[in-house]
Parts: sequence; structure tokens; C-alpha cells
Amino acid sequence: MIPAAFDYVAPTSVEDALAALAQYGDDAKIIAGGQSLLPVLRMRLNAPEWIIDLGRIESLRGIRDDGDAIVIGAMTPHAVVGSDPLVAEHAALIAKAVEHLADAQVRHRGTFGGALAHADPAGDLGAPALALGAEFVIAGSGGTRTVAADDFFVDLFETAIGEDEILTEVRIPKRTGWGATYEKFVRVAHQWPIVAVAATVRVDGGTIAEARIGLTNMGSTPLRARAVEDALVGQPATADGVRAAAEHATDGTNPPSDLNGDADYRRHLATVLTRRAVLAAAGA
Amino acid sequence: MTVTDERPSDAIENEIGRDRRRKEDQRLITGRTRWTDNIVLPGMLHLAMVRSPFAHATITSVDTSAAKASTNVVDVFSGADFGEELGAIINAWPITPDQVTPAHSPMPSDRVAFAGEIVAVVVARSAAEARDAAELVEVEYDELPAALDLKKSAADEVLAHPDLGTNKSALWVFDSGEAGTGGNVEDAIAKARTDGIVIEREYRQQRLIPAFMEPRSVVVDPTGEQYTMWSATQIPHIVRFALAATTGVSESKIRVIAPDVGGGFGGKLQVTPEEWIAWAVGRRLGKPVKYTETRSESLMSAHHGRDQWQKLTLSAEKDGTVTGLKVELLADLGAYVAIVGGGVPVLGAFMFNAIYKFPAYHFAVQTVLTNKAWTDAYRGAGRPEATYAIERLMSELAAEVGVDPLEIREKNWIKHEEFPFTTVAGLEYDSGNYEAATAKAKEMFGYDELRAEQMARRASGDTVQLGIGISTFTEMCGLAPSRVLGQLDYGAGGWEHASVRMLATGKVEVVTGASAHGQGHETAFSQIVADRLGVAFEDVEILHGDTAISHKGLDTYGSRSLVVGGEALVKAADKVIEKAKPIAAHLLEASVDDLEFSGGRFSVRGTDAGMGIGEIATAVFAAHNLPDGVEPSIDSEATYDPVNFNYPHGTHLCAMEVDTETGAVKMRKYVCVDDIGNIVNPLIVSGQVHGGLVQGIAQALWEEAVYDDAGTLVSGSFVDYLLPTAADTISFDIEHTTTPSLTNTLGTKGVGEAGTIASTPAVVNAVVDAVRHLGVSDIQMPCTPERVWRAINGPGSGGSTTEAAMPHFDAEGGQA
Amino acid sequence: MTRISLTVDGASVSDDVEPRMLLVQYLRERLGKTGTVIGCDTSNCGACTVHLDGTSVKSCNVLAVQADGAEVTTIEGLAQNGELHPVQAAFRECHGLQCGFCTPGMIMQSVDLLNTNPKPSEEEIRLGLEGNLCRCTGYHNIVKAVQHASGQGATA
Repeated sequence: MIPAAFDYVAPTSVEDALAALAQYGDDAKIIAGGQSLLPVLRMRLNAPEWIIDLGRIESLRGIRDDGDAIVIGAMTPHAVVGSDPLVAEHAALIAKAVEHLADAQVRHRGTFGGALAHADPAGDLGAPALALGAEFVIAGSGGTRTVAADDFFVDLFETAIGEDEILTEVRIPKRTGWGATYEKFVRVAHQWPIVAVAATVRVDGGTIAEARIGLTNMGSTPLRARAVEDALVGQPATADGVRAAAEHATDGTNPPSDLNGDADYRRHLATVLTRRAVLAAAGA
Repeated sequence: MTVTDERPSDAIENEIGRDRRRKEDQRLITGRTRWTDNIVLPGMLHLAMVRSPFAHATITSVDTSAAKASTNVVDVFSGADFGEELGAIINAWPITPDQVTPAHSPMPSDRVAFAGEIVAVVVARSAAEARDAAELVEVEYDELPAALDLKKSAADEVLAHPDLGTNKSALWVFDSGEAGTGGNVEDAIAKARTDGIVIEREYRQQRLIPAFMEPRSVVVDPTGEQYTMWSATQIPHIVRFALAATTGVSESKIRVIAPDVGGGFGGKLQVTPEEWIAWAVGRRLGKPVKYTETRSESLMSAHHGRDQWQKLTLSAEKDGTVTGLKVELLADLGAYVAIVGGGVPVLGAFMFNAIYKFPAYHFAVQTVLTNKAWTDAYRGAGRPEATYAIERLMSELAAEVGVDPLEIREKNWIKHEEFPFTTVAGLEYDSGNYEAATAKAKEMFGYDELRAEQMARRASGDTVQLGIGISTFTEMCGLAPSRVLGQLDYGAGGWEHASVRMLATGKVEVVTGASAHGQGHETAFSQIVADRLGVAFEDVEILHGDTAISHKGLDTYGSRSLVVGGEALVKAADKVIEKAKPIAAHLLEASVDDLEFSGGRFSVRGTDAGMGIGEIATAVFAAHNLPDGVEPSIDSEATYDPVNFNYPHGTHLCAMEVDTETGAVKMRKYVCVDDIGNIVNPLIVSGQVHGGLVQGIAQALWEEAVYDDAGTLVSGSFVDYLLPTAADTISFDIEHTTTPSLTNTLGTKGVGEAGTIASTPAVVNAVVDAVRHLGVSDIQMPCTPERVWRAINGPGSGGSTTEAAMPHFDAEGGQA
Repeated sequence: MTRISLTVDGASVSDDVEPRMLLVQYLRERLGKTGTVIGCDTSNCGACTVHLDGTSVKSCNVLAVQADGAEVTTIEGLAQNGELHPVQAAFRECHGLQCGFCTPGMIMQSVDLLNTNPKPSEEEIRLGLEGNLCRCTGYHNIVKAVQHASGQGATA
């Protein structure tokens, strides 16, 4: 319950944070909202010598409209994201996923960027970010670069963010008017999802015109269900129309087996939840 | 003018039966609490435990040098550093004379027998520094094969304690033929095999963790003439006795205090290595010490509950009339025989026959040692296991006969006019009315409407099916008549003590030997005493949980506080009145024979003359004018030993929705009508029922302590040991019928465990009922979505739980 | 050691703390605010819930140094001038507590819930409390207490 001792620095600018990261390197750990990191430290599963706190960098907070995208600062708390009108209008899938992310206290403290950078395949934001084709803006000593969602999640708890880099903001292309659902399957409310499906669709005259589907906890990273997306296009937004496409939700997945379900059960869940998510997103 | 008119307005109403708001709450809702971990003493040192990561290993060396050199570390001890002063952890209930009981050192120096066992303790000036240094203690182990699986351990494939030569601790048997309480069960089964029905099932009672919200904590202060221990325990009196018995300190030099204690549910009914180590370290160093466990430590090392395999054979006639019940249990003790230990399944031995008129009954439990955390009492202790088995079986019998499960129960239960009823297990049920409770529950539930909906969903092939589960339970509670405990070889009695002190100002101090940890004794006991003495509820103070104040007691467990402890209060209060009577007569210049006591006043029959009990207390304090030869005190005490258990019962009805596509289950409705006799405080009773229900429901649906094949507890945090939240539960419909218990003056029965005992089979029966038409006759607990889905889609009851956890708190995660 | 200054239950406090000290440990060990308790090590139980700059957080999941400059309200600062907060009163009225260990966190989270949603439905209450574990009450009377505090009339 007591972390190992560490030194602490709370820079007030991204530049200072990068400098600290450069200085302490391997011995340092970045803390954003801390909602996943602090339990790790309390249980002494990790013991960094330095903690670099991004919490005092005001420029990393906030949500803005950037033309064809909305931009969410990495240090914006989940609760702010979840109640933001821009997010609700242009990235409804994010709003849906945030609504039941962890619990109220964690949503007050945990941050959008922190959760994505943590890259827990059971985290609630990866699949929606992937499905929406988010772009991750990463700052390093040489300036900033932008990484596409498809390239961001590398492996279990591993992203494209380099050891000397910081995620500063996430650009989410607008999908205004798309229906969205985050179908989360848990045994008790405070659990990480056993499986979840993020679905956002554009329906045109009762037919699915476009669909974007992300899967949570179906592999070592969040996954994009492209086979499902492709199969959905042109299908009527009905249970029968969606059923066959949803069967593709298992394509390319490699889900874990644990206390909450074996891999084959998770695959089965993915197909059922995908069907339900798509139908709900389509307003069917 | 009547006497009662002179009582304070608050006391006009009978206190018993009122929904008094709790006296305890003011401090609890404002944070003015005294949890053990809050206690800070001058010079207090902090302990951190070094625990074995292995389930079974020889300790080859313990190197404490680096830890000792760490900042502000005062000392580091391993088991070898202490001799007999460390004492021993006792088992109070050897269930058979030949029980195999491993020696249990609080901190073994040679071999560890479960993962989480303590091998060294660090003492430092701060808790953080103690934890830092604990990481530096280097322990070398030689791993030994571990006995983990219960059935394999029962076959002695791998030995949990090689020196004992067997894992089989004790075989305890009850047979109605031999006891003369019924017929021969084998005959009944043989007959049923030819011309009746035989239901044979094997049920798993998964391992559970009590998971009280307050982690255990202990503070030992060895300064002063007496050693004082504060502990988050249910049993301060028993801890004191055991400390004296095993550490060589005179009982009179030991004071144990259970301050505010944050829940127990049986989980704090234990004498623990942590307490004993803190005791030894405090004595050795002569300084106050504190140890508070983390939740992870609590889950891995505080005792677990349940963990049985139940092999069951029920015989019946073709029409569903039961003829025999044979119960063969394997019960996992874990690494050591805990304080109640094998007594837990024995407490269930008398309850498998439940409310039904079985003519023949056989019960046998084999207790088994394994290399897992020790098991002991958890809410219900033995009776939930029994109730689960019989209530599941009765529903299976109904399915076999092809009748409604309520009908099969009614056919076999004891009718209300048949009380008192001596059961096939040899207990005398004093009172009850199963018909009345069931009728009321059915009506509240809307039983027929829900059955109709179930049929409609089945007919339409709805992906969400509805099931109705029934549990018509009874239990024996109020532990316990000392004579009975003696017959069962339990190491202590079952009496309870109370004293009533009449203060000079007319206020009343009541001391009870029951030790509350959330139940609301201060409120309910005040109501009892206020009524008995005719004083105001607010004028009664309940003192408990400190052996220096409450010098005598047997603490709180087994739904005993009210039915045993409450009765002791009644008797002590009555003695106060008896002692006050001659003084009142003297002061009123009347004959004792002319006095009557009512509403807190002695009055002289046929006159207006009278005197309140408080006025007498003041007069006794002054002692200026007492009758000759009368001592200047009306304080009184009583020790009450119950003559019988009492037998709450009830009908619980549960509706569950099962999503057949995912296996997810959702509770739709839960109704219970319990008969717990007379009710002292309906508000407190409702709380006990609600909380009990959810713990029982949680066994049915969510909770399971899972070990991997190395003996590591996989469900070792609240991430993986799934307690339900508000969002996972529903509001309940609870009601009561009342047949007063005949075994105590107040007519009360226990309620603390009823909800937990009853609800588990109601829920599982409902889940199975929802999908029985799909070929399912059992689903192993907890009924996870995966198990439900597999049961629907394949043979068996859903398989075992995968022994791995999700790695959410991975050390490698970034920017979190 | 890092110097922090903050306001806790209306009082200004300032201390040198180790960066590793959790806010809950600072409250309990340095300020003696033992009304806030620790129930787990994975941030599941919510017993340590306090308000940080006006919203609920789990104080085991915040470093004391992160609270530098902030305003913290604990269960001990909820009652004003000897008057219980309506949520505190409702928990007593509706028997929303038994052992009381989860109660400080449960009350603080309930207050936060009602701050953002003054008339929550039963489902909204249940979801709003999903980050707080209680082992005694089965939640039934906790939900009733929140309904009662919100003026929605429920009693136990």
C-alpha cells in the first residue's frame, strides 16, 4: 500500500517535461491521472526512481474544434471528455465509451491520454480511438509527430510513444451524425470489460453506408474489425442483415483466457456483442 | 394517575419493536471513529510482514542483515528468533478424538504450508520504512510439491504436511439409524432404486473470502502493568484466553480491546498469526507496535470460507415423498485447522434435512488438509452449504417428479401444527410456520404471473429466458447451548454474560460480552434494557469489546448476540429490579409484597406512592438510608446459557433472467419472507437481511477464490475477487411472519446469517430453472456467464474457472 | 521531501512530505483525519473517497504532492456548524450503514453524485456508486438514503 520511494518533478510545460524525461530516462515514469500507475506503485510491481507529473501542464488539457477533427488534450479528464458537447456531437463513440469507463472517481482523475498511453487491451478507449481513426500527437525532443491509430497500439501495454516522448493530444476525425454504441460485457460493474465492442455507423435509408468497429480485450492490443466493417456496408440495418457480418468479429483476434472467460467464449461474445452494438448504433 | 404517565415521553411506546435509528451512526457518518489502524501511541513502531510466495516449501535460510541495516529499522525477526514466547495458533474444536492437527506456529522457522504464510517480520519507525526493509529480507526456500486440489488431496497424492503422513484430518459421521433418530438410509436408497426415485448429485461449494471492508489491524502496547492489544477482531475475549493459554502470560495481565470493527462475517472470528507476532514483538521490544494488513495480504492470508465437494443421494417415493438423504462431504481445511476449523461442516450436519420430514439420514464429512489458506467460519458457517445442497436437491426432485418445486416442498415439510418437531438429525425445532411464510412470499412475488411469463418466453424462444428459484430454508442459530457444544467436543461453552450498572444520576451502563462489529448492538441492546427497566432509550449506554470493561464474554458470531447475549441482558436487568425492590419498599415504607414494578417505577399497590428506578439508584449511591443488611448496590450481572438453538426460517423467491446468447444473468426480482420470531428493531433486521442476501447472491453469481496450479491465489485483489457493487444488485422485497421462539424470553431468533443461508440456492435454482428446458440441470457456482453459456451449449455444469487473472496493473504500462 | 500547501476541510495546512506519500496517508497520518479510511490497494473499494477541488476522487489514487494547492474536503469537513450534511443525515435515517467502514467514501461519493445529478433515478444512483464497495448493507438502504437525501421521499 506504500510505494517505494521516488523523486518527483512536476513540470509546467511540455518542453520541461521532455527535458526531465531526457534527464532521468529509464529511471523515470510519467504520471498522467495516475489511476493505473498508482496501484502499480502501491503494490510495488514497479519502482521508478523518478515520477514526472504532467498534471501541472495546462496546455495538455481541453477539447477544441479543429475543422474536420476534434482535438482532445492528453491530460483532459475522462469526466470532461464524457460531458463535452463537441465530443457528443462529432465523436459519439468516445462519449459512449467514457460513460461507463471505470467509476466516477476514476473518471474525475483519470485522463484521456493517460488511458490510451497505458494501452491496456481491456481499456475502454483504445477500441473507439482505433475505430474512429484517431491520430496521436506525440512530442519529442525533435518536435512533434503524428501517429495513426493503426500504428499506435504495438502490443500489451506498449504503444508507438518512444521512451523520450510524451503523448500531447489526440485528433479525432469528426463523424458527425453517426450512430454509436459501446457494448461492454462485464460480470460486475467495476470490472474491466471481459470483451467490449465499439461500433459507430452511418445509416442511409435503412442501409448501413459506413461502419467502423473496434474490439476491446480480444488480443494484446485493441483491434479494428475491418472484416466486419466491410461486410456491413450495404446491409440493411436489421438483425438478419447484421448477423452474418458480425460473425467476422473473430477474424484475426487472439483473446486471452482468464478467470472471466476462455478465449473461445470471448470469441463467441465478440460476435454477439458486435451484432448488438451495430444494431444499437444503427438505431435498429 | 397511572405509573406509565410519568415516564419520559420517549419511553411511552415499547422500545422493542421500534425502528430506532442507530446510536452508532453519529460517529460513523462524521468520521469520528476509532478503527484499530487509527490508533497512534507514543514511540509506536510499525511492522511489515515477509510472506512466502510459495504454497509449500522448506525454509533453508533467512538473511535479515540488509533489512536490519535499512533506515530506521529497529529489528527484524524470523521464526527462529522466537521460542515458546511466540505461542501457537489454536484449534478450539477437534471434531474427533483422532483428528490429525498440524502444529501451527504464527511464524514457522522450518517450512511454509501456504502462499502468504509469514516467515519474517520487520520492525521500523514508520510503516513505509518497515515495508521498504521487508523487501530486503532474503529468504531461501526449497519448494515442495503442494497439495492443492481437494479431491486429490483427500487421496493423499501429495502431502500438505509430509510429517503427518496423511491429508485426512478427521472423519465425522452422523447416522440416524445409529443415533436412533431415524431409519437406515441405505435401506431407503435401495428401496427407492427399485420402486422410487433416487437423485444423485455432486455439488461444489467454491472457496470464498469473507472480505470484510476493514482490513485487519492490531496494536500491542506492552507498557504499563497490563499488556494491551487492540485488534480488529470479532472475538476479543477468546483472543485474550488464547494469548494466555499459548504465550505464558497470565490472563489477568492481558487486556484485549476490539474498538470500532469494520465488519467480520466470520472472517474476524479467528486467532491470527499477525496478532500473535505483534504480541511477541511488542513484548520483546517493550514498545508499542502496530500492524495493518493490505487488502492483498488480507485476501491471501485471512481465513477463507466454504470449499466443499458435496456428494448427495436423495431417495423418494414416486410421488415425491422423501425417504432418505445421504450426504458425503469433502471439506478443505487449508493448511491448518483453524479455530473452528472442521467444526464448520459439522455445524451443517444437522441442517441438510432442513424443514423436511426425512425418515432416514446419513451425514459424513472428511476434513482435508491442503496447501492453501486456512478455512473457517464465513457467514452461515456450514449451514449455507447444507441449505444449498438440500434446496437444490428438492428442486431437482420436483423436476424429476414433474411438479412445481413449491409443491414438492409442501408435500415434505413439517406442518405448522407438528411443532415442536424432533428432526431426523436429532434437533427439536421449537416453532415455525412454513405454510404462512410461503403463502405470503408467493403473493408478494406474483408467483403465478411470473410462471406464466416464463412459459410465454419459452414458447416464443426468447433469447432472454426467465427462471424462478425457491429456497424454503431453516437454520439453527444462537451458538450455543454449552452442553451441546460439549457433546460435540468444542473447546468452550456457549453462554453469554451481561451486567447492568445503575449510575448515581439514574443513567444506565450495560456491559455485554457480545462484541459488535457493525450489527448495531448499542441500539438494539439499549432498546431491550430500556423496556425492561423502564428507562429512556437515550439513558442506556452499551459497553462492549474491551476485556477490562466486559471481563466475561464469548463474543459475536453464529447469530448469537441477540438470542444469547440479549437474554443475558434481560436476566441481568431483572436482577436489578429484584435488588431494588427491598430498597424501594424501605424507602416507600411499604411491604415488598405490596410493590409492583412497571414502566420504570415501583408503586405501592392501591396508592399513588411510587419511586422510579433512577431515584432508587441515586438513593443507593448515597446509601444514607438503606434497609439493614442490604448492600449499597443494585448493579447486577447474569450469565445465560441457552437451552436450545433457535430456528429461523423463511421462503425466498428469486426471478432471474438469463441471456441465452451470452450466458449473462440478471436478477429481476427477489422476495423473502423470514420468520425470525419477535423483532427488536425492524430497521436493523432489514439491514441484516439485505446484506445477508447479497453475500449469498454473491456466492451464487460472482465470488470465487481461485488458486493456480502453483498454489498462488489468482483472485488476490478486488480486481479479481469480484464483490458486487450497487450497480450489480437490486432492491429487495422483504417481509416477515412471526412465530416467537420458545427458547428465550424475548421470543427472538437469529437473523445475521439467514439471508446468506437462504439466498444462494434460490438464485442458482432460478438460473437453472431458466434454462432447464434447454437440457441444463446444474451450473457450478459461481454461475458466471461463461459457465451458463457452456451449460446451455454443451454437457456438464460449465466447467472450472481458468486459473489466471487479467494483467491490468502491469509494471510496463506507460503514462498512466 | 517536497513542501505542499493545501486546504483541508477549510483549514490551510502545509507540510514537507515524501513524494510517495498518498493523499489518504497524508490525511490520516499527518493531519489525523482518520475519518477517511483505506480499504484496498487496487482502488476498487472507494472507502478513501474525498473531494479534490470539488469532485470525488479516491485519495489512495492521488499523491499528496499532486494535491499541492488544492482544496480537499473529507467526511470530517462535511457537516457545517454542527449540522449534518443532508446525505449524512439520510444515511442514518435510512440505515444506510452497518459497520460504517465504507460509509465515509460512500457518503462523499453520494454527495458528488447529487452535485451533478440532484434527482437521480435508482439506476443512476446504483451506477453512480459503482466505485464504492460495501459488504454489510447489500446497498439496498444506501440507495434509499441517496433517494431520501435527494428529496425523493424514500425511507428504509
